Amino acid sequence: MLEALARLGHLGLHALARLGRGHLLLLAILSGLPSLLARPRLLLAQIHNVGVLSVLIIVVSGLFVGMVLSLQGHYVLSQFGASESLGVMVAASLVRELGPVVTALLVAGRAGSALTAEIGLMKATEQLSGLEMMAVDPIKRILTPRFFGGLLSMPLLAAMFSAVGVIGGYFVGVGLLGVDDGAFWSQMQSKIDWREDIVNGVIKSLVFGWVVTWIALFEGHDAIPTSEGVSGATTRTVVHSALAVLCLDFVLTALMFGD
Amino acid sequence: MIEILVGAFMAAGFIALFFLAMKVSNLNADVGGVGYRISARFENVGSLKVRAPVAMAGVRVGRVEAIDFDKNRYEAVVTLRIDPRFDTIPDDTIASIFTSGLLGEQYIGLAPGGSEDYLADGGSLTQTQSALVLEQMIGQFLFKKAEEG
Repeated sequence: MLEALARLGHLGLHALARLGRGHLLLLAILSGLPSLLARPRLLLAQIHNVGVLSVLIIVVSGLFVGMVLSLQGHYVLSQFGASESLGVMVAASLVRELGPVVTALLVAGRAGSALTAEIGLMKATEQLSGLEMMAVDPIKRILTPRFFGGLLSMPLLAAMFSAVGVIGGYFVGVGLLGVDDGAFWSQMQSKIDWREDIVNGVIKSLVFGWVVTWIALFEGHDAIPTSEGVSGATTRTVVHSALAVLCLDFVLTALMFGD
Repeated sequence: MIEILVGAFMAAGFIALFFLAMKVSNLNADVGGVGYRISARFENVGSLKVRAPVAMAGVRVGRVEAIDFDKNRYEAVVTLRIDPRFDTIPDDTIASIFTSGLLGEQYIGLAPGGSEDYLADGGSLTQTQSALVLEQMIGQFLFKKAEEG
């Protein structure tokens, strides 16, 4: 009985300690912003790592998600004789939800896991300590550019996802299913609001970019410096990022569109 | 090389955002801050919403900017923002609240009067027709039926 209680207490304290270390690391990462601005090339390399290399998977997934949305949406809408609203449905679901969320999940899987593995291996092979020996702050030099690279890439990737998805939905809806071309766009434009829908989507993806890269960097930096520890940390990055993104999405949606 | 790739990536991201703004959302169709304001009083605005279109002969000439309640006269005061291109609206124009389609959203339709005086900024429409409330119509219909039978 007491043992079980002690185990629970240990779990709670462990989680709290990780939360604390995570926030301290975030603080250290953010305090590296001034020195990052003096070295924009580091940021550029990380935007390349997280953003440019993720474009292909984002664009292809966006295209197919948009096409499937259009097919499924048309099936339901045509039963109510409202297939002209297909454009609104495709665009609203992409811009509000699927764009930010699926992009964040894909980036967590493709770039977040890579970040964790990279940082974890740097720690395991004592490269981070090596930097410290040379009086270079590894957090400012290694983690800060990666954090801001991920943060800035996410909204751009989400915008690409939504835009390509709308185009994919257009091809299937208008080209394949015969929805009226003009109605598709005009209904969309009259119902989708710039501030309410698109800006809120961008805010969502900024929050997701923040959380996903933060989790990835923390897991890498906090990993046990063995091959087993790094592999465990990589798995945790993907699982925790996905959970965090999905839970946060609900909270953000309730705050933004709840009324 | 990396610079070119990152530059292309960022450009593509911003183009996507621009596409969403211009082609997908209503940003370019917005009258925005320009245009002159006129007000109209209605007995009942139904489910009219802010930003609903204001149409004349079926063509959108402005948007609903605000809907307020006059607590002294128990009327709804709707502020309309009209595109400055349409500056020849007679001051005896009738404003009515219509519904687009059977279940569509509500909008304000303007039917021009015969006056030679045009509405300017701050003007008000005196002749209005309230929204049709389905429940009231059904109620009246039933009432009439009961009277007949």
